[in-house]
Amino acid sequence: MISLKGFLRRFFSDPVAIGAGLVLLVLVLMAVLAPFLAPQNPYDLMQLDIMDSEMPPSWKPGGDPRFWLGTDAQGRGVFSTIMYGTGISLLIGIGAVIVQAVLGVTLGLIAGYKGGWIDSFLMRLADIQLSLSTLMMAIIALALFQAAFDANIYADYAIIMLIMVIGIAEWPKFARTVRSSVLGERKKEYVDAARVIGLPPRKIMWGHILPNTLTPVLVISTIQVAEAIMIEASLSFLGLGMPVDRPSLGSLIRSGFEFIFSGSWWITLYPAIVLVALILALNLLGDWLRDVLNPKLRRGED
Amino acid sequence: MPMLEVQDLHVAFQQGRKSEVEALRGVDLTLEKGERLGVVGESGAGKSMLAFAILNLIAEPGRVSQGRIMFHDRNLLDLSERDIRAVRGNRISMIFQDPMVTLNPVLSIGTQMMETLRAHRRISGAEARALCIAKLREVAIPSPESRLDAYPHELSGGLRQRVVIAIALLTDPELIIADEPTTALDVTIQAEIMALILKLCRENDVALILITHDLGVVAEVTQRLMIMYAGKCVETGATGAIINAPHHPYSAGLLRALPQNAARGTRLYQIPGAMPPITALPTGCAYHPRCARATALCKAEIPPLENGAACFHPLTAPEEVP
Amino acid sequence: MTTGPIIETKGLEVRFPLPTHFLSRQKPVLHALNGVDIAISPGETFCVVGESGCGKTTLGRAIMGLLEPSAGEILFQGQRIDGMDETTRKPIRRDMQMVFQNPYASLNPRRNVYETLAEPVRHLMPEKSPAELRQQVEEVLAATGCDPSWQRRLPHEFSGGQRQRIAIARALVTNPAFIVADEPISALDVSIQAQILNLLTDLQGERGLTYLFITHDLSVVEHFGTRVAVMYLGAVMELASAETIFDNPKHPYTRLLLDAIPKLEGGSFDKPRTPGELPDPVNPPPGCPFAPRCPMAEDLCRRDRPHLRELPNGTHAACHFAE
Repeated sequence: MISLKGFLRRFFSDPVAIGAGLVLLVLVLMAVLAPFLAPQNPYDLMQLDIMDSEMPPSWKPGGDPRFWLGTDAQGRGVFSTIMYGTGISLLIGIGAVIVQAVLGVTLGLIAGYKGGWIDSFLMRLADIQLSLSTLMMAIIALALFQAAFDANIYADYAIIMLIMVIGIAEWPKFARTVRSSVLGERKKEYVDAARVIGLPPRKIMWGHILPNTLTPVLVISTIQVAEAIMIEASLSFLGLGMPVDRPSLGSLIRSGFEFIFSGSWWITLYPAIVLVALILALNLLGDWLRDVLNPKLRRGED
Repeated sequence: MPMLEVQDLHVAFQQGRKSEVEALRGVDLTLEKGERLGVVGESGAGKSMLAFAILNLIAEPGRVSQGRIMFHDRNLLDLSERDIRAVRGNRISMIFQDPMVTLNPVLSIGTQMMETLRAHRRISGAEARALCIAKLREVAIPSPESRLDAYPHELSGGLRQRVVIAIALLTDPELIIADEPTTALDVTIQAEIMALILKLCRENDVALILITHDLGVVAEVTQRLMIMYAGKCVETGATGAIINAPHHPYSAGLLRALPQNAARGTRLYQIPGAMPPITALPTGCAYHPRCARATALCKAEIPPLENGAACFHPLTAPEEVP
Repeated sequence: MTTGPIIETKGLEVRFPLPTHFLSRQKPVLHALNGVDIAISPGETFCVVGESGCGKTTLGRAIMGLLEPSAGEILFQGQRIDGMDETTRKPIRRDMQMVFQNPYASLNPRRNVYETLAEPVRHLMPEKSPAELRQQVEEVLAATGCDPSWQRRLPHEFSGGQRQRIAIARALVTNPAFIVADEPISALDVSIQAQILNLLTDLQGERGLTYLFITHDLSVVEHFGTRVAVMYLGAVMELASAETIFDNPKHPYTRLLLDAIPKLEGGSFDKPRTPGELPDPVNPPPGCPFAPRCPMAEDLCRRDRPHLRELPNGTHAACHFAE
């Protein structure tokens, strides 16, 4: 168990962690403060002017100082759309992971503690689900949803749908992680001590075992957020994700894709850079977290 | 000239970015050919560290910071990796506590034994096999020919440890270092294994360093004894002499605390406090906070090893309160 | 204070089915306990000794209700407790507590000391007010030599010996009459073992506790025990008072065990010993479980399983030839 002080010390002594942390912090702040900091609100149709469309970044000839990174086909500033888009990507990523975690941890806990046929059943279910690609399942689910409902309804519920679909598709990862922790913890004598007192299984599972299985959950959560954002970006790129008028980073990349060959490369490039930075930062932090929280790699002074 | 001579050995571990802490703080050891030495101490005293250091197995973040380990007339610490491998497993063998960790679970016994043999000797497959069977017979494993093809998990704990001993003896070593070889075994199996080790050492004139926390086992098996505390040797001498008349208060305390030395129904003698971790050693003698005989001198200076005991006020009579 | 035995087992059997391939015809069963009858009197230290696989830990766990017996009865103060439903058993749990072997695993690493000690009281003595609860925790910490400042700290801040004190405090917090101690000092350093044993002795004197003390260390038993049961492969081989069993062991296995203890005078290991292996607990041989290793074994032993019978000096031994 690492102390907070030891944790912070490890963080500030690792340049990779600091770098990734800073990038993530900047992006999160940018997303959260978008309504206040963005030069314009790209979704307020009143602020758009079609004459501003497809302008290159401000330092290039033809650029306009109002739009630092240029504009897209509708005249929206690329920088502003990135700020809002990052927020949506993060929202979906974190939301999906919360759904995965709640579902996965609960099922993993039950499977690990109860054992027997419940465990076998849940793990076979997890196996089946893991063998199906998340992207494929999401495509099927979202395509059906889009076909079944009107485009406007779809736009309103897109975020919820994405969160739920990605969330439900990925619960097995959390379940397996928690289950293997539970199997290890179940053998420990503090669980016997709780049974000797006569605590009911419910209380032992949730009160005693669960808190001791959370460290691996924390580690995979960061990486799962990155993965969820990637999946959402892929879906949006395929046209099944966020609608054009409330774009995430993925949809921004998509909407700019058509314009690469006509010369307006900035519409795709800058959202792509931000997406890569976000996912890289999350992955690096997740890796670092896993190393720090691994008791076997501890150097002993924490 | 003694076969093995460890001189002023210090092993340090890196702690944090800049500082180091010493796990062994200047240990000396001599061993003659065929002699059996016991190294006794509690966990954290440094006894396993000593064994690993002799075989040059100390890895990052630890290192040997000072001292020499003379095996015959060569300093083992100066040898290249290739040369030390000719010694390790060949002329000095090691037996560890858990045979399931020593033995590779996916290889058969025979494969592991022959691998060891052929790493150190030019020998044909058939000859190696015959030698392995002979060694298994020597350690009293029933039906050795069929056991050669068995896997470690198919054998019981006692048999596995016998296999480990057989492997250690395969290359006819001059010295065997046994680190808690029977701690994980039942008491009747322990007796068998220790009797076996004793017999093999006597018959083949193999020296033994036996590392353990069990004073009874060293009393049965060893000729000389070293008692370690917080990274230093606090008493050394003939086993029988120390057990009957210890000079260092810690040795005396350990012996008095044994249930077999207490009258039935009375409270056991207990040494107050606990051994300090090497990261938080007191000044002067590391034992002084627990010692009833401690004086200001003990708090200020580390006592040197004199007449077998590292103490400024050694016990002279067995009944003195330690 | 009851006059009869505080804990009794009659014909206690515990069998574990082993996992098999679902298509295989055989259903191997591990016989952990094969008909154990013991009676523990109030105030005594009843020691159970044996080597791995003898069933001593299974016995302790069955008595504490951590596993259900396959056959036989377990009685606490004359009342049958095996198979009891939780509501009826709850008040009895106050009186029966357990101390475990591994101090590094028996305390929840995420709970501080106060929470760990308060939990049994909250669950088993819900009538206690928060102030009474606090007092009870502090009292039991003092009795086990723990400092009151430990209450807010987590287990990983303590050494093995200190953790075991906390574990003993947890066992005492509901004021039990009976404690099962499963190898409580085996995982501790030698110089700490004496401290913990002395603590257990003192507590027994102060509180009139009865101990079921499970261990493999015979020298501790000789010092600490009132009566001793020697177990082998799920059955009791010999049952006698602590003095008698060491001065006059009647069963060949007991003699083998005592002979194997290393002595400070040396000399026991000079004779080579033939390897003896524990027979398979999944397929125990018919007849006496010790027959394959016994120097005195005859055909009768391999055929008929001996039961515990009383010998003239008061010892009970399960051997056809003991006298």
